[in-house]
Amino acid sequence: MNILTLEDVVKQYDKHTAVDHVSFVVPEGRIFGLLGPNGAGKTSLIRIITTITRADSGKVFLGDEPLNSRHPAQIGYMPEERGLYKKMKVGDHLMYLAQLKGLPKNEAKKAIGDWFEKFEITDWWNKKVQELSKGMQQKIQFISTVVHRPRLLILDEPFSGLDPINTNLIKDEIHQLREEGISIIFSTHRMEQVEEICEKIVLINKGRNILEGQVKEIKDQFKEHLFEIGYEGLLPELISDQISIIENKNQLLVVRISEGYSSDSVLRYLLDQGVHILSFREILPSLNEIFIRQVEEKNSIA
Amino acid sequence: MNKLWLIIQREYLTRVRRRSFILATLLTPLAFGLFFVVVYFIFSYEDQDVRHIAIVDEGNILNRSISDDENLYFKFVDSDLQLLLDNFDDMKYEGILYLPKVDDVLNPNFTVRYYSDQKLTLDLEPRIRDRVRKSLYQYKVDQLQLDQQSLDALDLKIDIDPRPIKSTENETGKLAGQIATIFGFLMGIIMYFTVFIYGMMVMRSVMEEKTSRIVEVMISSVRPFQLMMGKIIGVGAVGLTQVAIWAVLIPLILIIVNLAFGIDPQQLEAANPNVQQIDPAEAEAIFTQVMAEINRLNWWAMIPLFLLYFLGGYFMYSSMFAAVGSAMGDDLGEGQSLTLPITIPVLLAFYIMIAVVESPNSSLGVWSSLFPLFSPIVMPARLAFDPPLWQVVVSITLLIATAIFFVWLAGRIYRVGILMYGKKVSLKEIGKWLFYRG
Repeated sequence: MNILTLEDVVKQYDKHTAVDHVSFVVPEGRIFGLLGPNGAGKTSLIRIITTITRADSGKVFLGDEPLNSRHPAQIGYMPEERGLYKKMKVGDHLMYLAQLKGLPKNEAKKAIGDWFEKFEITDWWNKKVQELSKGMQQKIQFISTVVHRPRLLILDEPFSGLDPINTNLIKDEIHQLREEGISIIFSTHRMEQVEEICEKIVLINKGRNILEGQVKEIKDQFKEHLFEIGYEGLLPELISDQISIIENKNQLLVVRISEGYSSDSVLRYLLDQGVHILSFREILPSLNEIFIRQVEEKNSIA
Repeated sequence: MNKLWLIIQREYLTRVRRRSFILATLLTPLAFGLFFVVVYFIFSYEDQDVRHIAIVDEGNILNRSISDDENLYFKFVDSDLQLLLDNFDDMKYEGILYLPKVDDVLNPNFTVRYYSDQKLTLDLEPRIRDRVRKSLYQYKVDQLQLDQQSLDALDLKIDIDPRPIKSTENETGKLAGQIATIFGFLMGIIMYFTVFIYGMMVMRSVMEEKTSRIVEVMISSVRPFQLMMGKIIGVGAVGLTQVAIWAVLIPLILIIVNLAFGIDPQQLEAANPNVQQIDPAEAEAIFTQVMAEINRLNWWAMIPLFLLYFLGGYFMYSSMFAAVGSAMGDDLGEGQSLTLPITIPVLLAFYIMIAVVESPNSSLGVWSSLFPLFSPIVMPARLAFDPPLWQVVVSITLLIATAIFFVWLAGRIYRVGILMYGKKVSLKEIGKWLFYRG
């Protein structure tokens, strides 16, 4: 079951094509990464999904329904450019945003109360937003995004401007919301965050979908058969068709295993040569490397 | 619809609860009262110094009689002017008034000399001139051997009594014109200020939403148009609230001031020596007449019409202000060139209104009160003059149509503008936004 389906979506501004025939699906109940460099069209895509703007052509489905005016109430969106009314009281502010998402008054009050207890901030209700620190405001911002229990949560650069403590807090919340079955789209240009959080990603560059799939599969797809071997003592001379040595530094050997050979046979060969092995691990490319490689490749083709 | 209502509520309540709003709403009428009290004291301030003035009356024009005034004493001196001037320092005179002989009785000009080292004050000069004029008048009447009764008959006062030919009900009193002028002017001014102040308030609020980055959070829940309309309606309601409170409080405070200090406008005028004295009975009569005329104005038509023009003008201009606010960045200064196209018609309308009050049925008055950009300010000023019905109908229709068009236009600019960051926007650019799709 997919929570979101995009089919051939196009959006143009003036003469600039922000979204250029993009299609992908977001599986339900998963954390999905929407990746791309700055200006790739991520925010344009999100604005289409959140019904802020409309696609010039193409189709968008939430669940199995085409996007319609009832859907914003089922989506929680934390934009990259985010803020709050500075002079409003925290409680009133959250009530206002929750009610705009269609929550009845008493339900909104209860939901906000629950979140306040969870974050241990029950005495904040009557504080004005401007009296809170930046980090505290981010917490309120997060509550306002999820208070109406959306089916789909969209976070655009959620950690920008957050200190490590709040980053972890939000990370934990993201995982917990996923446990509760909420689908999450996580948009960022910072790959290292995606790697640990997302299960599936789509990579957007210049408005186009250039890579899509499970994080693990993508890494497999782009792996270069590199292994890192930690050893002790002296390294004997190694001459074999099975491996080529890339690097040998600080008792760490990096080798590429040639096509047709397995890691098992390489290990056996090394042992036979009398290498005293301490560790043996496959080097998988980081998403960051894949990302940069893909973006540069596509840019050079273009 | 429910969301729009929520937005209106928030926009209204946050403003009405703000301390600055409460202060401005309550203090403005108080300031009015204070202003009247101060003006009263300034006008009724009198010099406590006793002043003596010597008079050398060579031609005996004054006939040795001149009335003293509270703290102003005149003394006729027979000695030679030069002698007086030489010994001026020894004598305790403020000044010496010298009246030469009248050479030619038929010459209407007469120069009196006043010797003093003190400046001739604004309050002293008219008192002296008045006394000399009256005495010289009497002197000339005697010298020319004129008959006082005939002279009185020549002192002409022409009254024009306007009478309508067709309408029977709306009998135009002779004061009606003046009262209508004052009311028209007041209404025009109120319209001008409300459109300006609350329009600007909408603009600033839109800018704030943009700079505080709340706007994208908002429009993921509501349509940009709802957000804009909610703001415009909410701020408009604040404006109406404020004007309504003032409409009650200002007269109330004026009445209280009046009771506490016993000030009435007639006295204010009487304290001003340049205005001729009005005798109390006459003042009373004028007052009742004025009240009657005010009652005779067609309030049942004027108040709703006034509201209609307020709403039309307000929606038209504040939606434009909202559009400009959405296009502006964080910098108020850079928006100056964008607000200019809005402020110019408002200012023009204001000046036209001032001219139109003088001649309400001139072609300038008629055309500008039909033209929707001007009509919200010009037409209310004409309402007290009973403009023809067709003009009111045409003007209202045009205004409503234009207001709706402008709100639609502003909505299209707004939805693009609020999501534009860090870009200096020109009018041409805004023009392009109108054609952006959804």
